[in-house]
Amino acid sequence: MINPNAKTLLEVRGLRATVNGVEILKGVDLAVRAGEIHAIMGLNGSGKSTLSKVLAGHPAYEVTGGSALFEGRDLLGLEPEARARAGLFLGFQYPVEVPGVANSQFLRLAYNTLQKERGADELDPLEFDDLARAKMKLLDMNPDFLERSVNEGFSGGEKKRNEILQMALLDPKLAILDETDSGLDIDALRIVAGGITRLATCDNATVLVTHYQRLLNYVVPDYVHVMQAGRIVTTGGKELALELEARGYDWINAAPPAIGAAA
Amino acid sequence: MSAAIESLINRPYEHGFVTDIESEVAPRGLNEDIIRLISAKKGEPEWLLEFRLAAYRQWLTMQAPQWANVQYPPIDFQAISYYSAPKPKKLKSIDEVDPELLRTFEKLGVPINERAALAGVAVDVIFDSVSVATTYKQKLAEVGIIFCSMSEAVRDHPDLVRRYLGSVVPVGDNYYAALNSAVFTDGSFCFIPKGVKCPMELSTYFRINTEQSGQFERTLIVAEEGASVSYLEGCTAPKFDTNQLHAAVVELVALDHAYIKYSTVQNWYAGDENGVGGIYNFVTKRGMCKGAHSHISWTQVETGSAITWKYPSCILQGDDSVGEFYSVALTNHLQQADTGTKMVHIGRNTRSTIISKGISAGRSSNSYRGLVRITPKADGARNYSQCDSMLIGDRCSASTFPYIRVHNRSARVEHEATTSKIGEDQLFYLAQRGIGAEDAVSMIINGFCKDVFQQLPMEFAVEATKLLGLKLEGSVG
Repeated sequence: MINPNAKTLLEVRGLRATVNGVEILKGVDLAVRAGEIHAIMGLNGSGKSTLSKVLAGHPAYEVTGGSALFEGRDLLGLEPEARARAGLFLGFQYPVEVPGVANSQFLRLAYNTLQKERGADELDPLEFDDLARAKMKLLDMNPDFLERSVNEGFSGGEKKRNEILQMALLDPKLAILDETDSGLDIDALRIVAGGITRLATCDNATVLVTHYQRLLNYVVPDYVHVMQAGRIVTTGGKELALELEARGYDWINAAPPAIGAAA
Repeated sequence: MSAAIESLINRPYEHGFVTDIESEVAPRGLNEDIIRLISAKKGEPEWLLEFRLAAYRQWLTMQAPQWANVQYPPIDFQAISYYSAPKPKKLKSIDEVDPELLRTFEKLGVPINERAALAGVAVDVIFDSVSVATTYKQKLAEVGIIFCSMSEAVRDHPDLVRRYLGSVVPVGDNYYAALNSAVFTDGSFCFIPKGVKCPMELSTYFRINTEQSGQFERTLIVAEEGASVSYLEGCTAPKFDTNQLHAAVVELVALDHAYIKYSTVQNWYAGDENGVGGIYNFVTKRGMCKGAHSHISWTQVETGSAITWKYPSCILQGDDSVGEFYSVALTNHLQQADTGTKMVHIGRNTRSTIISKGISAGRSSNSYRGLVRITPKADGARNYSQCDSMLIGDRCSASTFPYIRVHNRSARVEHEATTSKIGEDQLFYLAQRGIGAEDAVSMIINGFCKDVFQQLPMEFAVEATKLLGLKLEGSVG
């Protein structure tokens, strides 16, 4: 939902970043306002996932130029946990396994950490269990999930649902979902997409990073950006995704880069 | 490795203080006269002196083992004092215990007068080499359980001690066991008579207090037919710049249908971050499942000592007997650990389980070494072993040395091993959910150790969880 008067949550300008000395982001510009859903599309290696990780503060990446403001605050100066506590959520492309740690324990610690940050009440295990079960219903998840070790032995689809469950519990201002649709069968995709749509409000925003358009059939974006060689080269509305689906990415090379479409 | 993790794994030793109690210390050095002196000081019977001398003579012919994956300069056994005892006093109640000593226990987090009562734990406190306070003895005596210092046991129950001492670990078993057999000064003795289930957890806290006094305790636990007992051993030692030798021997005997659970949380001083000082923990622990359907379970959480050389083992002699070994070994800085177990299957349908979790940080070296031996008559024997290693940082090492010897076709032996690393990805994932580095490391480590911690008695499990936290957490920069 586009509202030109809505608050800008994220403002990225000229962002450059390297990993192991190789420059991956070569000047990314992106602005996201409250209430919006953005899709960032592009081929493998175009820098989409790197952008997500750099914004979340992954230590393997070095920012070499540009800026990123989150609600007007300098995002890049914050530790990853401080970015999370400020309301930035990254849905991982490959959620990490934490053997021996019950999902419920992990989710409650994360939840209570954010509650504390927001000056809200922390929940004891029983109260949290009620909350988690309610959220899990939305995602059609088996309550067994809570007792299993974090992501250990989860199928691809279960891992992705677990990511969306975390998003539902942590209620972020900005959620960046990195390839959340990959590895999902059509039913799982519908459930996950339903969850994302339900969680979207006029106060938060979602950035979907994907290279297929199929997720966008269920979560309709306000803006579609195309990333190529470390930059956003084209921005359009939801029809851009359909065009990419039909024509591939090659034709973009021929077109001049769009300027400030989303700003 | 990121600076955050580096800073997490450095935290000073909290138990580094010396209690100012006058000690009676024997002159340094080892010879037959010193052994006679120890034996005389303790008023021992002739047979025990002979036991010691036989061990000493055998020790003289032996070499220190070289096969372990640990390195240290040769030990000068003549530079060690083999006897150190707080000045003798007769104590009738806890009020008479030296207040300085009680404060020491408080600093250690073991206020024996309160904690023991509250937790229902009978604590037989070993301070250097002489037992100074024994609680709950009365209550245990009512059900026929003997729980006392080894010295008292030698005096009051000589027949029992004579029957079982050295029956599981013979005097010449190995270099350090032979040394212990020659010079042990005290330890704990526990006897659970036929059919008795010990009504409380038995607990001993050990401490090495005098600089350069080796501590050589001797523990003997016997559970008769159908008896059961859970025994807890906690260890800490103050800081010294020189290395201290700790060579204990623990023997367990389980008769038909008896159950012995032996849990250790070891936090001896590990030396500083440059590897100066710390305890050499060279310990022989072995349990004999002598009777049919007997069951011995070892659980250890090893976090201290400069060097750990320790293989709590089970001889599964009785048919249908069960041996278990659950271990967490954590090394940091320049600590070295070579630890594991031996499961020797002799009886039919004997079963053993080995779960080992090694965590290495800093520049430490952490090895699992285990032997599973199925002897020809052990029809239907089964073993399951799982050895997992976790690395923190990129300057430490983890090794696994499993020895499997099967001489019976009907045996089933399984071994699984994994190595993982607390990586930036795991920490980043948790950080991205708002969880700080300290909580994250603690959560990952405790998850890794879960299978072992759940074997510990409740009170110890909490302590162990905290201890690993202390060892690995610190100020996050």
